[in-house]
Amino acid sequence: MSAGGRHEGAGGPRLEAGVLHADAAEPAGRPQDQPACLELRDVTVLYGHRTALDHVTLAVPHGGQVAVVGPNGAGKSTLFKALVGLLPVRGGSIELRDRDPQARAQPIAYVPQREEIDWSFPVNVQDVVMMGRYGRLGWLRRPQAADREVVARSLEELAIADLAARPVGDLSGGQQQRVFLARALAQEPHVLLLDEPFTGVDVGAREALFDLLDRLRRRGITVLVSTHDMEAASQRFELVALLNHRLIAYGRPAEVFTKEHLGAAFGGHALFLEGMVVIDECCRGDEPR
Amino acid sequence: MIHWLTQPFTLEFMQRALIASLIVGVVCSVLGCFVVLRAMAFLGDALAHAILPGVAIAYLLGANLLAGALIAALVVAVGIGLFSRRGAVKEDTAIGILFAAALALGVVLISTVRSYAVDLTHILFGNVLGVSTGDLWLTGTLAAAVLATVFLLYKEFLLASFDPVLAHTLGRRPELLRFVMLILLALTVVVSLQTVGVGLVAAMLVTPAATAYLLTRRLSRMMALSALIGAASSVAGLYFSYYLNVASGAAVVLTATVAFMVAFVVAPQRGLLARRAAARRAV
Repeated sequence: MSAGGRHEGAGGPRLEAGVLHADAAEPAGRPQDQPACLELRDVTVLYGHRTALDHVTLAVPHGGQVAVVGPNGAGKSTLFKALVGLLPVRGGSIELRDRDPQARAQPIAYVPQREEIDWSFPVNVQDVVMMGRYGRLGWLRRPQAADREVVARSLEELAIADLAARPVGDLSGGQQQRVFLARALAQEPHVLLLDEPFTGVDVGAREALFDLLDRLRRRGITVLVSTHDMEAASQRFELVALLNHRLIAYGRPAEVFTKEHLGAAFGGHALFLEGMVVIDECCRGDEPR
Repeated sequence: MIHWLTQPFTLEFMQRALIASLIVGVVCSVLGCFVVLRAMAFLGDALAHAILPGVAIAYLLGANLLAGALIAALVVAVGIGLFSRRGAVKEDTAIGILFAAALALGVVLISTVRSYAVDLTHILFGNVLGVSTGDLWLTGTLAAAVLATVFLLYKEFLLASFDPVLAHTLGRRPELLRFVMLILLALTVVVSLQTVGVGLVAAMLVTPAATAYLLTRRLSRMMALSALIGAASSVAGLYFSYYLNVASGAAVVLTATVAFMVAFVVAPQRGLLARRAAARRAV
């Protein structure tokens, strides 16, 4: 499947947790193999007066892991925000097929960029991870033993159980990111959205993140990762979506990372040398060499 | 010494003043934690001033002042909530315009009465020694409602204050919670009207909570500590007021301010001395 075919007659925004496809899917090799877990059809999102996403059509299989790449301002974060309902969808539809129709609310967890959080806020690591349970808890109810268990497991998973009682303001950037990952896992999502998780983390944290992605793959959790890291995208993901407002290409890395597609996405910023591509952009030191 | 401590409260009006001060000290300090963490101090101050016309109208009609304040406060809270949603001007500008205008309107209304200066002073700076038993009941009921709401919605307020984005994705309606917070703020301002007055209520909302913020790193503890500091300041302020014969509301606020200054210097980690020491270690 590559850049989306356009359907006419965009419907209103819609998020469905349907009952279709109850068969537990094997982690997918190719997008065509599987009934999609997450399906976007002709999704258009405005950011102010600009069109941030332009008729994006994309189907992600159950348990698939997709790297979303593209230049700065290409709409990667916008895509994620639209998926979790932070930005209104102006056209097209987003459909989420829940494997377990009984599951309550919050099938998608979103880990934002290291962002506008006030880290001096008086909460400790455990408090923050527990917030991931709030969606399932509903209004007024207090966390139960089962919730504390899930929180403890999430902390273990990210190897930050020893930090549980520490105020979040005392943590390093990498540790804060793990806290947010643990919080996302505590939501027990079917789909996990990670916005620029490789940015500003050291090599160890990067490898730990890949390990986590491997474990999530085995558990059949669908993951979308936005990144500037072309090397990670091409070597660690089975699927890549190349975005520049429109979906330029979508498929296996070898199919997506072609001269033609990269040229279309990055324009004059992509420089093609013998057997390698240099993208002249942004750069926080995590770009392909 | 015991006599010195108990003597003021042999007087019945002083007993009522003590109860009123304690209620205000606690409810302001608890809600104040969210005011401090969400940077709503200016909003609280504005709300306090904006209820003046309501008080003035009740006064002119001979109605209950607190009831007038309550209606005005709810109207203003809803108004600010709606105002700040759109965004023709920046929110703090809108608040600045709104509350100065309301204050002016209140002063205009009150100035039509002959005993203008005394009445205005009481409204602006409180008159805790004049609290009636009826006032006490109304104050107590409103305060209990505010505290109960904070207790019930604790987890929602915590989430919406720390991470509005997550609150939104979890369907926790941060704008609705902000609205509820505004209403609670309005009720608290009304509760505080008679003890510290509209002019000083912002101090009671901010100062004990800010002091507690310096002393602890967890919200639940910050709230408990803030309530303690607020209550202690209220009682101590009343003693100062009684023995030094100074205005009670101002005495309470100044006591809380002294507590803040002490914490600002000596607090572990966030205090001036601790930060100096940490900076020296880092070099």
